Amino acid sequence: MRQLLLAALLAIAAATTALAVNPDEILADPALEARARAISANLRCLVCQNQSIDDSDAELARDLRIIVRERLTAGDSDAAAMQHVVDRYGEFVLLNPVVATHTIVLWVAAPVILLVGGIVVLLGARRRSRRVEPAGPIALSEEEVKALEELEGRKG
Amino acid sequence: MTIELGHFALILAFAIASVSALVGLTLWRRSDSRAALYLQQAAILQFLLIAAAFAALIQAFVTSDFSLLLAFQHSHSDQPLIYRITAVWGNHEGSMLLWVLILVAMGAAVAAFGRNLPRDLLTLVLAFQSLLAAAFSGFTIFTSNPFARLAPAPFEGRDLNPILQDIGLAIHPPLLYIGYVGFSVCFSFALAALISGRIDAAWARWVRPWTLLSWTFLTLGIAMGSYWAYYELGWGGWWFWDPVENASFMPWLAGTALLHSALVMEKRNALKIWTIFLAIITFSLSLLGTFLVRSGILTSVHTFASDPTRGLVILALLACFIGAAFVLFALRAGSLRAGGLFAPVSREGALILNNLLLATATAAVLVGTLYPLLLDALTGRTISVGAPFFELTFGAIMAPLLVILPFGPFLAWKRGDFVAVAQRLALAAGLALFVAILFFALSGASVSLAPLGLLLGFWVAFGALADIADRARLFRADMGTSLRRLFGLPRTAWATAIAHFGIGVTVIGIVSTSAWESELVTAMQPGANATVAGYTIQFDGIDRTEGQNFSGERGTFTITSPGGGMRTAHPERRTYSASGMPTTEAAIETYGLSQLYLQLGEPGDAGTSVVRIWHKPYITLIWLGTLLMACAGFLSLSYRRLRIGAPKPSSARQEAAV
Repeated sequence: MRQLLLAALLAIAAATTALAVNPDEILADPALEARARAISANLRCLVCQNQSIDDSDAELARDLRIIVRERLTAGDSDAAAMQHVVDRYGEFVLLNPVVATHTIVLWVAAPVILLVGGIVVLLGARRRSRRVEPAGPIALSEEEVKALEELEGRKG
Repeated sequence: MTIELGHFALILAFAIASVSALVGLTLWRRSDSRAALYLQQAAILQFLLIAAAFAALIQAFVTSDFSLLLAFQHSHSDQPLIYRITAVWGNHEGSMLLWVLILVAMGAAVAAFGRNLPRDLLTLVLAFQSLLAAAFSGFTIFTSNPFARLAPAPFEGRDLNPILQDIGLAIHPPLLYIGYVGFSVCFSFALAALISGRIDAAWARWVRPWTLLSWTFLTLGIAMGSYWAYYELGWGGWWFWDPVENASFMPWLAGTALLHSALVMEKRNALKIWTIFLAIITFSLSLLGTFLVRSGILTSVHTFASDPTRGLVILALLACFIGAAFVLFALRAGSLRAGGLFAPVSREGALILNNLLLATATAAVLVGTLYPLLLDALTGRTISVGAPFFELTFGAIMAPLLVILPFGPFLAWKRGDFVAVAQRLALAAGLALFVAILFFALSGASVSLAPLGLLLGFWVAFGALADIADRARLFRADMGTSLRRLFGLPRTAWATAIAHFGIGVTVIGIVSTSAWESELVTAMQPGANATVAGYTIQFDGIDRTEGQNFSGERGTFTITSPGGGMRTAHPERRTYSASGMPTTEAAIETYGLSQLYLQLGEPGDAGTSVVRIWHKPYITLIWLGTLLMACAGFLSLSYRRLRIGAPKPSSARQEAAV
């Protein structure tokens, strides 16, 4: 599992050493910059392993960061700026997938599993409440009796 | 010559493992002890042989024998000794051999410590371990042979990937593999139990040390990997929800569930089907992780196509083992008798809820990891499932788990009294609320979910303390009695409290560092100052630095902390001579529980350098918490009564068997 790194790292190493967000990209308006950062964290660097453009040092990520900032400066809303990038690069850039027919299974999987699991647990609880605890200890099985006799025979 | 001997040892181990599996699976029912004895000896022999093969590889790497293809590809004679050794598993073939080495080490450990197991169970467990060993040593020999030679031998190797030239590579993979592969023992025990029909509280007891061992090492391995990524990758993140990370996280989640459900099976003889199922699932997820990582399907879909054999063979192995396990499970699960009864509000009930939530969390991570692959394969549409998705779904499942966690240890088995427990936890809840509000008011931030996260973290941590205090009757009995009770508590009680406390600590670390992190990206001239979170960082300049196999630039910064203390930090930018690959080495200064993270970037115009500075409040708590969890695992393992198995019927049974 050093592959964790190997894979992610190879991707980064293959890129240049330029840093993620560079000082020359940062917008003068802190509010606008904060919005740009938030959007960047949700956009994927297309040539990297699994990095957002905010974390990535690849050239392409830099281009995307600049595009986002340009759109925001031009007065786009967050959603519009994001849509602008999606229109150009496809929904693959979205780290948080959209809710649509082709992703519905992805989104509902966990709640459905929780629900089904919860129902099974509840049914189990009801079944147990109907069962009566046998009075007294459970009798030993034949095999256990034999094993016990063997042991006792040893000791005695 | 040593390389050929190593190769031969690997092949021999493969042959012995195959024979063992066959012998064990056909003769386990025999009443004489020869089959069991053979399997025990064969398990130890497999371990010795694979260890010899591994030693041969290490020898070739240490002496920089580049007639070994693997050493040529992944090592260099300039590398420091430690990295020449770790380079052995810094590649596909070598890490596969490490995987097999740990697998057979586990088999040998079962053979050595399993003498008090019923003979048929022992035979079957060792047979399944051997089957796994045969499959994976066969995979190594036939598709990823680490002993391939190169003629004529080159003078110099190609160097290990510089980012892997780190102490992390020495520690992280072995720890993680022990965890990963350790669950194979639980898997073998589960299959053996299904075949032999021995599915009872004693089984849970026998499996417990193996679950604990694997879980503890997996915890350490994941934490270590996370810290390694944090300091080496250089952008200050510590968990990325990368598919490869998820591959190690899923067995951890399932293993945590297994650890808890096995408890119910051991104490109350209930949840048997579910526990067996979890044992199978946990190792299946380890195998799936191996497949995802080893096949290259994750790095890029094209890697799979360029070398389809490896991926397909692992997929076939995966399908065989997991498929067979589930068929066996389906055939036998119905014959299990229902276990002890309990009311919904009880320790068992709480543990079931724990399992429900952990299983859902595992499934959520699994779906999120595999969905893009499946969607691409089925429809050709490519989507990304990244950190924002996992944070949302995983967070939503974890929050209720953290809410119920402190109740568990307080509830009695069979029938618990919720109101009484709530009363006993009231102090912890009040304290958690108070501290969370205080913390939040002092730090003053506007992140909406942070106070809730902090509250949960403190609630879990204080709940664990309350558990210990309650058991010791602290403040209810006199001090002497309390202290006596405190030291008299069974180690498992301490282990539970410490592990749960650790979870609280980790949660607090995660929440505070994500809510109150400050970051500064700026171009600095030598002599310039920057201020982050009250720390003043002065850039003193850059000079050249030379290492054994790299050269680079080293920045010097003087940090003045809010308290007035001065420190010097040296982030670096390196270029490795053999590969020409650049890396950055961040400088991390720890202040109390918080860290200041400095990274030196590209030189800009007129002697400036781009500098990134983060202040990460309480970030060390993330790893301190995981260390606490691991300590708890070792503490519980050291508890003699639970270590080996049932309370010592061994000598009698063995004598009786002779």
